[in-house]
Amino acid sequence: MKFRPFILPALSLLALIALWQGVALLVDSHTLPAPYTVAVVLWQAIVSGQLPYHLGVTLLRLVVSFTVAMLMGSAIGIVLGRSEKLNAFFDNWLVIFLNVPALVTIILCYVWLGLVESAAILAVVINKLPNVIVTVREGTRALDQDLLEMARCYGFSKGKTLRHVIWPQLHPFVMAATRSGLALIWKIILVVELLGRSNGMGYQLHLFFQLFDVASILAYTVAFVVVMQVFEVAVLKPLDRSAQRWRR
Amino acid sequence: MKIHIQSKTYPAVGKAAVKAAIADFALDLNAGEFVCLVGPSGCGKTTLLNILAGLDKDYQGEIGGGQPPKIGYVFQNPRLLPWRTVRENIELVLAEATPASTVDALLDAMQLTSVQQVYPERLSLGMSRRVAIIRAFAVNPDLLLMDEPFVSLDAPTARQVRELLMQLWQQRPHRVLFVTHDLREAIALADKLVFLSASPMTVVRTLTVPIARNKRNDEAAVEAFRQQLKQDYPDINVLL
Repeated sequence: MKFRPFILPALSLLALIALWQGVALLVDSHTLPAPYTVAVVLWQAIVSGQLPYHLGVTLLRLVVSFTVAMLMGSAIGIVLGRSEKLNAFFDNWLVIFLNVPALVTIILCYVWLGLVESAAILAVVINKLPNVIVTVREGTRALDQDLLEMARCYGFSKGKTLRHVIWPQLHPFVMAATRSGLALIWKIILVVELLGRSNGMGYQLHLFFQLFDVASILAYTVAFVVVMQVFEVAVLKPLDRSAQRWRR
Repeated sequence: MKIHIQSKTYPAVGKAAVKAAIADFALDLNAGEFVCLVGPSGCGKTTLLNILAGLDKDYQGEIGGGQPPKIGYVFQNPRLLPWRTVRENIELVLAEATPASTVDALLDAMQLTSVQQVYPERLSLGMSRRVAIIRAFAVNPDLLLMDEPFVSLDAPTARQVRELLMQLWQQRPHRVLFVTHDLREAIALADKLVFLSASPMTVVRTLTVPIARNKRNDEAAVEAFRQQLKQDYPDINVLL
């Protein structure tokens, strides 16, 4: 029964496509094109270079804003998790920033900085940062004091303590922040692009919406979902496995 | 090395009142001397070790004078990093330039060479304790602190680890402060016994163990000395 792990997901995917096909036939409207139509549009968009270009632009924004948000968020999260005073002071800020709607940050960034690339990146970072901080802060609070004492007693340097004692304990929290972060960021990026950029997936989707070109919208969606899944399987899963290999 | 802790108190937290942990503790540790601290549980032994290890700086007193001593600490729990292998756990406490042969020799002495690439969660408690002992020896400390390192091991395992510890220590004797509440264990290991009172801790009595090092495995001799102690010094009975 070795082939089972592959067959079940494949079957479920086929079932989804069949369901889509069935509904498309039933409705018979150009607002719900059949899978085959979408596949053709997808292929044409890839060959023309349009989709790779806009997808690439969006992915680049995603990588930059994600990296900035994760690095800053981890650093601030660790500091807040270790210092009760700083945490007591900044806790309110966090709550406020967590609850500001993404759309408000985006609009304000564009109003204050203009319709420029840095404003777009900043808007995404501000939206994601509080989430990372809160997650990493919880991880830092849960650090094993016994191991920290051990490190102190044996004269570990700050860097050594961070790398060998603190980081492995934070890893699950950072991975959680990464997963939820990617899902959140790419949704926000599309809105950022829709409102104030002249390229990227968000911009394209806006264009297709005005043209009522549903086939193209679905084609771009499929492309994006595939890219994110490949990232999950090729990068995140192996990272998880190598970090968990010490577990029984 | 002179150790003198005049007082250590824990501040009041919530509903708990101020607690005096150590009233007075003085000890003169000679080079290569193995001293066992014997006292009732909760009398402040771990507090004392944490002060000596530099983990607790909030106390009145003086240690060693001048430079803080280099410490090896075998905690009550092994406190190994679960995400680093046995060998990595030992190497992490060492200076970068330390030759691999140092670790090899220690692993060999503790019979752990075969598991050096294993992660600690796959080890038995006895093995983890041995790794923690190696780690403490590996730094070549001025003062080796051991906090009931054999507690919750079954009797044969405890004896085995104890014998390995003695072999290792006799190869390279350090000053050792070994905390226990098992008088037999203390007699089997120590040059000197220090009996401690219940909290707040003071030194009740200091005694030298007259049994020769090569007779320490003789349980009858250890037991005879224990009975003699209890007879000669009835005041220590209440501590055990």
